[in-house]
Amino acid sequence: MQRRIQRTVTIAALVSVVTLTVGACGGSGFSDSGGAGGTGAGTDGELTSSKDGLTVLFAPSGDAETASVTSAVESWSKSSGVGTTVVPATQLNQQLSQGFASGKPADVFYLSSDALAGYASNGSLLAYGDRLPNKDDFYPALVKSFTYDGKFYCAPKDFSTLQLVINTDMWKAAGLTDADVPTTWDQLKTVSQKLTRDGHVGLSVSGEYARLGAFMVQAGGNLMNADSTEATADSQANVQALQYVKGLLDGGELKYAKDLGAGWGGEAFGKGLAAMTIEGNWITGALSKDYPGVKYQVVELPAGPAGKGSLQFSNCWGIAADSPNQAAALKLVEQLTSADSQLAFSKAFGPMPSIGSAAEQWKTENPQLVPFLDAVDYAQGVPTAKGSADVVTDLNSKLESLATGDPQQILSQTQTNLQALTGK
Amino acid sequence: MSTTSTTTGPAGPVTTRPRRSAARSGEAVSGWLFTAPVVVLLGLFLGVPVLMALWVSVSDWTGRGSPFSAGVHFVGARNYSELLTGGGLATQDFGTALKNNAWYVVVVVPVQTALSLVLAVLVNQAALRGRGFFRTAFYFPSVTSSVAITVLWLFLFSASGAVNQVLGWVGINGPNWFNDPTGVLHALLKALGVQDGPAALTDHRLLGVTWWDWLGGPSVAMSAFIVMAVFTTSGTFMLLFVAALQNLSGEVTEAAVMDGANGWQRFWRITLPQLRPTLFTVLTLGLIGTWQVFDQIYTGTQGAPGKTTLTPAYLSYQTSFVNQEWGQGAAIAFILFVIIVVLTLFQRWLLRERSERRPRPVRRASERGTR
Repeated sequence: MQRRIQRTVTIAALVSVVTLTVGACGGSGFSDSGGAGGTGAGTDGELTSSKDGLTVLFAPSGDAETASVTSAVESWSKSSGVGTTVVPATQLNQQLSQGFASGKPADVFYLSSDALAGYASNGSLLAYGDRLPNKDDFYPALVKSFTYDGKFYCAPKDFSTLQLVINTDMWKAAGLTDADVPTTWDQLKTVSQKLTRDGHVGLSVSGEYARLGAFMVQAGGNLMNADSTEATADSQANVQALQYVKGLLDGGELKYAKDLGAGWGGEAFGKGLAAMTIEGNWITGALSKDYPGVKYQVVELPAGPAGKGSLQFSNCWGIAADSPNQAAALKLVEQLTSADSQLAFSKAFGPMPSIGSAAEQWKTENPQLVPFLDAVDYAQGVPTAKGSADVVTDLNSKLESLATGDPQQILSQTQTNLQALTGK
Repeated sequence: MSTTSTTTGPAGPVTTRPRRSAARSGEAVSGWLFTAPVVVLLGLFLGVPVLMALWVSVSDWTGRGSPFSAGVHFVGARNYSELLTGGGLATQDFGTALKNNAWYVVVVVPVQTALSLVLAVLVNQAALRGRGFFRTAFYFPSVTSSVAITVLWLFLFSASGAVNQVLGWVGINGPNWFNDPTGVLHALLKALGVQDGPAALTDHRLLGVTWWDWLGGPSVAMSAFIVMAVFTTSGTFMLLFVAALQNLSGEVTEAAVMDGANGWQRFWRITLPQLRPTLFTVLTLGLIGTWQVFDQIYTGTQGAPGKTTLTPAYLSYQTSFVNQEWGQGAAIAFILFVIIVVLTLFQRWLLRERSERRPRPVRRASERGTR
């Protein structure tokens, strides 16, 4: 028995020695790279600068985006003489997390507005927004989406908004004219009813906040205030918006895309299962690629009780606080967010430029998509508080059964969840 | 527990009859020398990461730099209490994940065990033609990568997929499988006219999920995953049963034949009791595998629809990598670990206490109950 105890003790000792050794190695390795920036890695001080090349990590929507981002980065690399590696990510958040944990993150990367708070709060990001020479050129609503704790963290790389997309053939078949384009909720309901015929529904959207939220904005609400510091989910405006949607669902003129057997509104629209959908400017690429025969028109969403409203979505170019060459990274981002680059990106894969100075040219080049850019005046961002993505997912799971659910109850649950984020 | 007692087992005879210590210490040294590579490898790639994760689960590490760096603090059981008693979204998600996975386990483990046993008995019959073919065919799904099978499943069970087409032939309007969050039992009750549960069930919650929801059964989407799990793993376990069946001596069975036992009786009273060690292995492996379901969810639904395919393993990943709540993510993993260990011990106890024969458990249990 004693031997056994001795043996156990020996094993325990051995294991702990091994653990400590390895742990220590790992520890020193990590902190090494953390301090390797050397020349003032502090967020307030000078930017780090070195001979190191830059790694650019991004999540492409398809081959077109990969190709155009790669060529933009490579041409900058040639003119600046800084080496670059472009890495298309399959799981962006996961790859970012691994990078930050190891102390050797990608230098420049895509970052969605709802992931910003998480990475900003643990100090992984460089808040470089105020160093941008053209920072006033970015749309203020977008800047707000990438501001955390009063600091403008990163430059919005582009953006998208929601508008109403109409199948013009079905529109005509229902006897509707340009004068019938809905400008109020009541009109939207009426045309949806008229368009619900011949085996298709009037309107189909994905049953999620990222689409139905537009109605909340039109009613004067949203899940959180503009700075995402206060939860406003259970406001009367939001209840009114969801009740309106519920009414459309009950009437049968609105059906969720998944209930039509489609993955998203664009698919339902493209397949001719719905005459209208609410989607962002990315729908144009999908329609021309998968459903080239569909004729459509983009119009502004109808105004609700509080006026026009839409949602906007954006990613920014994040720069890592642990990057050994922040100065070069900043130069790269300046190049990538310039009007020329953004217009080229827009041509290649669809999003709209995030700077006001590129607006006119974009409108001339995309006359039929102008409503999307017009939304910049009244569109609001999605919540960006840390953990809000989770709350939105939870809300989405409840919105799926909105037809049988109680809007007030759904929203007060969401309010509680959001308050838990801001309360601490 | 069992592993420690078996590893120290060989030391038993030595301790009862002490030898010269010099020779023994020489043996011990060479013993350690021979096992050193494995000990180091296991320690490096298993022990250290597990201990690191354990530390993360009781720390406030935010995911930047090393978890052992100076800025990371010990926070006690905060991450655990947030999950188990916090009452917020974290608790609800964890409760939902446990609920989903519990139903998955409850259905998959018995069904796959029974099916694999049946398949094993079938392919083990001397009379069967083309045994080799069937053995290969049944085993085939287990060899295929789970990602490939998941993708296949997404196609088969899509709204207009093959499964619904076949159901259509017999006049059944199939559900929109991977988009249907309705609990199967809830759907059955609804068909019987029960819309809402009694207040006693809907007003009280466990881990943020109402008792009514706990009892809702797996969602339609989860059911498709359940079918998939049975389909893919039955082959593996069939192989274990076949091996065990081939090890059984024919004499006992022959004696039973002489005593006039028919085929059914021989199976239940002769064959099955002898398979008990294998049954334990299969149940344990099944239990562990089903509690850790991850790749299907990751490639397939990512928790949708309505969070009804969320599982603790996937939630742990999501909490850590996407939501940056590393402590909570690690805590989920350790709670899952405890659940699996406890259930395995329980099952071990269950299989040991029960009699060999199911029909008369009471008498036999009382005979052996004094142990």
